[in-house]
Amino acid sequence: MVEELSRTEEGNIIINVGPQHPATHGVLHLVITLHGETIQKVEPHLGYIHRSIEKMCESLTYRQFIYVTSRMDYLSSHINNHACALCVEKGMQIEVPERAQVIRVLMDELTRIASHELWWGAMAMDLGAFTPFFHAFREREVINEIMEDTCGARLTMNYILPGGVLEDLHPSFQKKVKDFIVLYKRKIAEYDEMVTGNIIFQNRMKNVGVLSAADAISFGCSGPTLRGSGVSCDVRKIYPYEIYNKLEFNEALETAGDSFARYMIRIREMNESIRIIEQLIDNIPEGEFQAKTKAVLKLPKGEFYQRVETARGEFGIYIVSEGGTTPYRIKFRSPGFSNLSALDHMARGGKIGDLVAMMGSLDLVIPDIDR
Amino acid sequence: MGNDELKIKLAELFPKATFEEGAEWIQMQIEPSDWLPMAQTLRQDASLQFDYLFCLTCVDWKTHLTMVYHLSSTIFRHNIVIKSKLNRSKAEIESVSSIWRTAEFHEREVYEMFGVHFLHHPDLRLLILPDGWEGKNPLLKDFEDPINMIKL
Repeated sequence: MVEELSRTEEGNIIINVGPQHPATHGVLHLVITLHGETIQKVEPHLGYIHRSIEKMCESLTYRQFIYVTSRMDYLSSHINNHACALCVEKGMQIEVPERAQVIRVLMDELTRIASHELWWGAMAMDLGAFTPFFHAFREREVINEIMEDTCGARLTMNYILPGGVLEDLHPSFQKKVKDFIVLYKRKIAEYDEMVTGNIIFQNRMKNVGVLSAADAISFGCSGPTLRGSGVSCDVRKIYPYEIYNKLEFNEALETAGDSFARYMIRIREMNESIRIIEQLIDNIPEGEFQAKTKAVLKLPKGEFYQRVETARGEFGIYIVSEGGTTPYRIKFRSPGFSNLSALDHMARGGKIGDLVAMMGSLDLVIPDIDR
Repeated sequence: MGNDELKIKLAELFPKATFEEGAEWIQMQIEPSDWLPMAQTLRQDASLQFDYLFCLTCVDWKTHLTMVYHLSSTIFRHNIVIKSKLNRSKAEIESVSSIWRTAEFHEREVYEMFGVHFLHHPDLRLLILPDGWEGKNPLLKDFEDPINMIKL
């Protein structure tokens, strides 16, 4: 953990956490200035997994670039693909068949649950409870198998493409998802018993890393981080895409702004995702799963922006097109990047031991930050 | 406020700005020197309250650079895009990190990727790129890296 220990003139200690550290969940490097145990400053150093995806996309066609975007937020790869597909469809005015829309939403919500499951296990592990990690992975595995059947991949799905989805659903999809819902409902009660209600866990999470609503907005936070501070920001509700405006679900909101609030948001979000899946799983319309599109996609000259709600927050894609087959410039607005910018602010004055809880509650995925 | 109302209001407040048509959101083209006071008005005006800077980036048009700011309001839910042309050889614009604090990170990214200097930025240095990359800006169109870049 400590690569080198040096003191500043004021007697503060500077320590390095990462880039190889189990609690950063990836290659994030934090340079922390400490006064005793109190954090004075947290300075993130990024780029250890920077692949310049934005530059790569400039030489990939609109069919090819989807595959790179799965590698950004690899826990929400369906939702990343979804954003790209929506943006291209918006530019080319492609009508997506209803069946494809339903499949996309189902996949998005399953991904959201899988991502939150992994986060839940990792979060508890960060705070010293190892068992929940195995529980979370056991349930996540069921979703991964569902994905594998239909998409052929478990992590980087590349399933949602401009015009619809790659393949039709696997015949076992509906049954397996229904089985998962039954399993999930049994397990979520266990989760609450094991972690949420645990007094040690609560003490370590409450009043740790408090972020006020005004600060959270100013730092551009989104997703559970912003909703934990009491600001409504669910893209699915505010700027609905696909069929989200026809679905019944609640936006989880907490007002405390601390790590526990962000924790509760994600737990409640999983329940809402299950609600969405329940509404759709028996009502998948028949028909095409893909719209008829030209072999070569060309976006008209102009600029297109599309945002979606990933498991971490608002993911945006900004395409500048010159009318060719490749984008002139692509910018990915990743939720993790903005959420991380708030870490320094929320950690100042806190204790070094609490930093892990704060980082865990932000749900950072480093490839999503570095891009 | 609908897009039309918002546009009238913005045209009143910023007579020097020009509007671009044909996009989903209102797009305003402004001079870089006008940016900081304008940003303050956008943030503070009671009927605008653009408090959420959700995307800050730059586009290299070979002849010039264009800064692009996407703003929205968490109160009124309206969106706006601000663009500003910068001189490619001397790219400078005022930092807005004092207004929207997320800009501090985003501006550092644009600084290293495009070489745009943000005036009065509290801590303008490399964020993603390793030390020694100052002056080489990978997202510029004329950037060449014979070792790591494979041209298709």
